[in-house]
Amino acid sequence: MTALRPPPLLQMEGVTVDFDGFKALTDVHLVLEPGQLRILIGPNGAGKSTICDTIIGRVRATSGRILFKGEIISSLPEQEIVRRGICRKFQTPGVLPTLTVMQNLLVAARKNRAWWRALTTRVPADELSSAEEILEKIGLTDRRDIIAADLAHGEKQWLEIGMVVATDADLLLLDEPTAGMGPQDTQRTADLILSLLGRHAVLVIDHDMSFVEALNGYTTVLHQGQVLKEGTVAEVRADAQVAAVYLGRAKE
Amino acid sequence: MKISAKYYVGAAVLLFGALAPLFVNSYELSLLGRFLALSILAMGIMLIWGEGGILSLGQGVFFGLGGYALALHLKLEGLNIANGDMPDFMVWSGVSSLPYFWYPFANPWFSLAAVVLIPGIVAAAFSWLVFRRRIGGVYFALITQALALAFSTLLISQQAYTGGFNGLTDYSTFDGYDITSNGAAQVIYLITFVIVAAAYFFLRWLLATRWGIMLRATRDGENRVRFLGHNPLPYKVGAFTIAGILAGIGGALFTLHAGVVSPALVGVVPSIEMVVWVALGGRNVLWGAIAGTLLVNFAKDQISSALPSLWLYGLGALFILSVSFLPAGIAGLFKPGSPEERVYRRILNRRKLETAE
Repeated sequence: MTALRPPPLLQMEGVTVDFDGFKALTDVHLVLEPGQLRILIGPNGAGKSTICDTIIGRVRATSGRILFKGEIISSLPEQEIVRRGICRKFQTPGVLPTLTVMQNLLVAARKNRAWWRALTTRVPADELSSAEEILEKIGLTDRRDIIAADLAHGEKQWLEIGMVVATDADLLLLDEPTAGMGPQDTQRTADLILSLLGRHAVLVIDHDMSFVEALNGYTTVLHQGQVLKEGTVAEVRADAQVAAVYLGRAKE
Repeated sequence: MKISAKYYVGAAVLLFGALAPLFVNSYELSLLGRFLALSILAMGIMLIWGEGGILSLGQGVFFGLGGYALALHLKLEGLNIANGDMPDFMVWSGVSSLPYFWYPFANPWFSLAAVVLIPGIVAAAFSWLVFRRRIGGVYFALITQALALAFSTLLISQQAYTGGFNGLTDYSTFDGYDITSNGAAQVIYLITFVIVAAAYFFLRWLLATRWGIMLRATRDGENRVRFLGHNPLPYKVGAFTIAGILAGIGGALFTLHAGVVSPALVGVVPSIEMVVWVALGGRNVLWGAIAGTLLVNFAKDQISSALPSLWLYGLGALFILSVSFLPAGIAGLFKPGSPEERVYRRILNRRKLETAE
């Protein structure tokens, strides 16, 4: 008997998304192994966010399929996809403004999501300790009981990353986690993401090159809904075609 | 220090409410009982609107369902239906025999169960159907308003079965007990008071649970909640169902106090008025909902007996005032800077900035 190689964590196989004639994605292939980092870059409108939307079930693929841990997920309802272990951070901070930082994390950390299990004021010890741990990691321990609306912009981004982490998903999709951040916060965000690897696979979308370089992971370049190039950040940077469509434009 | 002061005030209010029959005259007691019955419904609006972000302009429907469920029985008290006896208005309308749906209400216990179950089941089924399709916000408010209009129109048009525009009135006993005497009025008041207190403490507990936090989370970001793997539906449907049941209980108690239930109490205008009570009192604080209900209704009683035509203008002015200057209502004056108020003010400021640009 040969040992079966475990399937990759995520496989996108020939995914095409057609919005009434406009092809947002064309025949996209993407493979991600457990615990790995993948960076997705590309100019505006390249289809980066559509990839996230498709994985998470907000947008349905016109053709092709998406497998998670070897099982097809492209036809499951959104909550079910999350329950299988994929969680997404949206582009604009999606924190829950009137809840405190800790309450935000505890909503995300609920292991048993049945509504009748919520009819108690008691929080299970393991959920509480994991939330405290994440609070420490995202550096908001002293902001624990502040409502999320009162956080600074960067802190909101970290809190939402923390919420995504608190679901303990195997795959985290982070859509522009540094949007609107200064260089110092950007570096902190990169360190935070790197500390998550191993336990979680992370797919990061961004177009801030300094952030991408700080992450320094395997990169996929998307252009007009198609995969243009895959490789390390250095390889991608050296590629003439990529420079033409993307990096050159960024310098303008 | 501050906490203990709060408890003293709470205890004083409870004591005053419980002892009111001893020193309040019977007319005022009847008004207080009536308005307390309405405040049960108002706490339900606080739950769905304040905490759940669901604006319903049709709570009169559930109020009416509860009120009519009890009134059907009260109209049958003392009649020998086996003998072919019928409520007076049916005889006048020339109905030949008691409609089938009236029969079970001859049993007082069936009627009491129906006060809770009919509004609860209707609210659950209705909200499940609508929220499942992810219809919310203004569209939901409009649908509920249409529901209130349809309900009151139905009641009026089926004169022979529902008493039509006049509704159902003229009751004398419940399960053989006289309900018109002075002593009975005090008992009904005390029952109302106990139910108000029970509803208050139940909702306080519910809002403190993780369920309450999930409800607020759904209000704050339904999509965020969904993409954290939670199904928002049970929280929204659950809240709407509880609000429907509270409205039904309030309706039944109001019917007992007022001695009448009619379409004029359940249609579009009263449904909107109910929202105004809560907006003015404070939609994120339970006691605010009660205070708003009592305040607006006592004011209505005073103003409309002095200058009947003035009341609607006064009500409109109150609503505009509370929306523009007191987003958190009267309760917000005592506890300024609640999370909801801060978020609301921030949105207003952002809009101002955007329009300035």
